[in-house]
Amino acid sequence: MAVTEKEKESARAYWKTNVRIILISLVIWALVSFGFGILLRPMLAGIEVGGTDLGFWFAQQGSIFVFLALIFFYAWRMNRLDAEHGVGEE
Amino acid sequence: MDQFTINLLFVGASFALYIGIAVWARAGSTSEFYAAGRGVHPVTNGMATAADWMSAASFISMAGLIAFTGYDNSSYLMGWTGGYVLLALLLAPYLRKFGKFTVSEFIGDRFYSPTARLIAVICLIIASLTYVIGQMTGVGVAFGRFLEVSNTIGLLVGAVVVFAYAVFGGMKGVTYTQVAQYIVLITAYTIPAVFISLQLTGNPIPMFGLFSEHTASGQPLLERLDQIVEELGFNEYTVHHGDTLNMVLFTLSLMIGTAGLPHVIMRFFTVPRVADARWSAGWALVFIALLYLTAPAVGAMARLNISELMWPEGTDSQAVSVEQIADDPEYDWMATWETTGLLGWEDKNGDGRIQYYNDDDEAMQERAEEEGWEGNELTNFNNDILVLANPEIANLPGWVIGLVAAGGIAAALSTAAGLLLAISSAVSHDLVKGRFNPGISEKGELLSARIAMAGAIVVASYLGLNPPGFAAETVALAFGIAAASIFPALMMGIFTKVNSHGAVVGMLTGLIVTLVYIFLHKGWLFIPDTNSFTDDDPLLGTIKSTSFGAVGAMLNFIAAFTVSKMTTPIPQEIDDLVESVRVPKGAAAATADH
Repeated sequence: MAVTEKEKESARAYWKTNVRIILISLVIWALVSFGFGILLRPMLAGIEVGGTDLGFWFAQQGSIFVFLALIFFYAWRMNRLDAEHGVGEE
Repeated sequence: MDQFTINLLFVGASFALYIGIAVWARAGSTSEFYAAGRGVHPVTNGMATAADWMSAASFISMAGLIAFTGYDNSSYLMGWTGGYVLLALLLAPYLRKFGKFTVSEFIGDRFYSPTARLIAVICLIIASLTYVIGQMTGVGVAFGRFLEVSNTIGLLVGAVVVFAYAVFGGMKGVTYTQVAQYIVLITAYTIPAVFISLQLTGNPIPMFGLFSEHTASGQPLLERLDQIVEELGFNEYTVHHGDTLNMVLFTLSLMIGTAGLPHVIMRFFTVPRVADARWSAGWALVFIALLYLTAPAVGAMARLNISELMWPEGTDSQAVSVEQIADDPEYDWMATWETTGLLGWEDKNGDGRIQYYNDDDEAMQERAEEEGWEGNELTNFNNDILVLANPEIANLPGWVIGLVAAGGIAAALSTAAGLLLAISSAVSHDLVKGRFNPGISEKGELLSARIAMAGAIVVASYLGLNPPGFAAETVALAFGIAAASIFPALMMGIFTKVNSHGAVVGMLTGLIVTLVYIFLHKGWLFIPDTNSFTDDDPLLGTIKSTSFGAVGAMLNFIAAFTVSKMTTPIPQEIDDLVESVRVPKGAAAATADH
C-alpha cells in the first residue's frame, strides 16, 4: 500500500500534537509529585490539611489522584486525536 | 479454634480458589496461557495487571517502611504509582503497536542488533533476580508467621512452595486467577485498615481517616502521631528530615523503573487494540491506587498504636511492664512475632518494664539518665512485619488475621513465581536457544528453563536470608537497575532515531555504572560485608544506592546520544518502523517468534 504525501503530512501533524499533549501531561505529573510533594512543599506549608500541610497530602495521596486523572485524560484525548487524523484502528 | 488453624484455613482456601479457577479456565482455552489479556476487557486486564504488580514489596513491606520513617518514604507511594503515567504516555501504546511479546524482542528489532537484544535480556535477568531476592525476604516473613517458625525456616519452606507454584506455571498466565488473587489481596489489605481507622478516628475509610480527628485525644491523627513520636525522641512523622536531592532521585528511579520492568510492560503487548493499551494502564492504576491510598493510613495508624501500646499510661508515665506483655491478651502478638526472630525486647535495666524510645536522641538520653534507663528496650522491630502484625496489634478478630496471612502469601507468591517464569524463559528461550544453541530440542529448552528457575530460587533464597535491605528496599534496587538500563532504550527507540551503537553503549553504561554503585554500597553480588560504602554515608554526596537508578538512566541517555551522533544513522526500514510504531493504524494482533 503506497503512502501518499497527504497521509504522511497528517501523520507528522498527529505526532506533533501527541508529543505536545505528552509534554503538558508530564509537566503536571512532575509538578504534583516532585513539585508539590517534595520541592515546593515549604511554600505550601501554610495550607493546613488534617493536622499537617498540603505538601504532605500531595506526597501521600494527592499525586496519586492526579496521576489517575492524567492517564484517563490522555487515553480519552488520544482516542479523539486518532479519529481526527484518521489513524485509529477501525 | 486457635489462630494457627484459622490461618491455615484461610491460606488453604485461597489456594484452592486459585487452583480451581486455573483448572476451570484452562479447560476453556489453552491459548490463554500465551496471550494472557487478549480479548479481555481493559478493566479485567487492569485488575490482573495490578495483581501481577503488587508484590511482597507493596503488600507486606511498604507500609512498614512508611510507618517507621514517615514522610520521607512517601517516595514509594509516588514512585510506584507515578511510573504508570510514564508507562501509559511513553511506552504502552507504541509497544502494543509494535506487536511482539517481549521487551527484548522490541529492543532487538528496533535497534536491528542481536547484541542489543542480548544486553536487554541480561539487564532483564539481573533486574528480575534482584526483584526475586526482595520477594523471598517477604516470603520468609509471611511463612515464618503463618507457620509459627523462625524467619529462616519460613523462607526455606516458602522457597519450595514458590518453586512448585512456578513449575506448575500456567496459573500465572491465566488472567482470571490473577483477578482472584487481586480480590484476595485487596480485601486482606483493606479490611483491617477499615477496622483500625474506625477504632482510631471513627471514619470507616482509611484514606480519609488519616486526615481526620483522633477520637481518643481530640487532636488530628497526624498531629497526635507527630507529638507522641517526638516525645519518644524520634523524628516527627510528617516532617521532611532526609536529603531532598536523594528523595527526588529515589522517587524518579522508582517511577522510571516501573516503566522499565518486563513483567508489567508485557501485559500491554497483548491487549486487543492500541486504544485498549492506553485505557488498561489507567485501570491498572485504579486498582493499584486502592492499595496505595490505604497504605499511608495503615503505616501511620500502626505507628500510633505501637507507640501507645508501649506507653499505655502516656509517654510521661511508666512504660509497659514485662508482666503485662506476658499476661495481657492485648500483647499476645509480641510473643507470636518473637518466634519469627523479627521482633525482640529486653529489660536491660531490670526494672520490669520495657522502655521504647530513641536512644540516639540527646533529650531522651538525659531523661534516660534521670530515670535509670539503659537504652531502648524494644530492641528489634523489623519493618517488614508491620502489615502482617497490624491486625494482631489492633486486636482484630481471628478471621481478619487469617485473611491478611492469605493476602500476604498471595502477593509474595504470585509475583515471585511470575518473575521466576520470566527469568527461566529469558535464559532458555533468549539466551540458550536464541544465542548459544539454536538447534536445541524442545525438551532441552524446557530442561534449561527448569535449571535456570532452580538456580534463580537457590540464589534468591540464599541472598533473601541475608538481604541487602527490607523487602521493599531490595525491590527498589531492582527498579533502579531497570530504570538505568531498559527504560531509556525503550524511550529512545520510540521517540528518537538513536542507532544500534548508541543503544548498546547506552544500556551497557547505565547497567554497569548502576550495578557497580549498588554493589559498592550493598556488597558485591549482594554478598554481605563486601561493601566499601554504606547508604548512611554514600560515595556520591547524599545519593543512596537505592536512588542511583535515575542517575544511571541519565548517563544511559547521554552515552547513547553521543555515540549515535558519531556513528552511521539508522537504515531506512528502521526509520519506517519507528514511524509506523508511532501511529495506531494497522496494528495487528501480537505475534511471537516462538
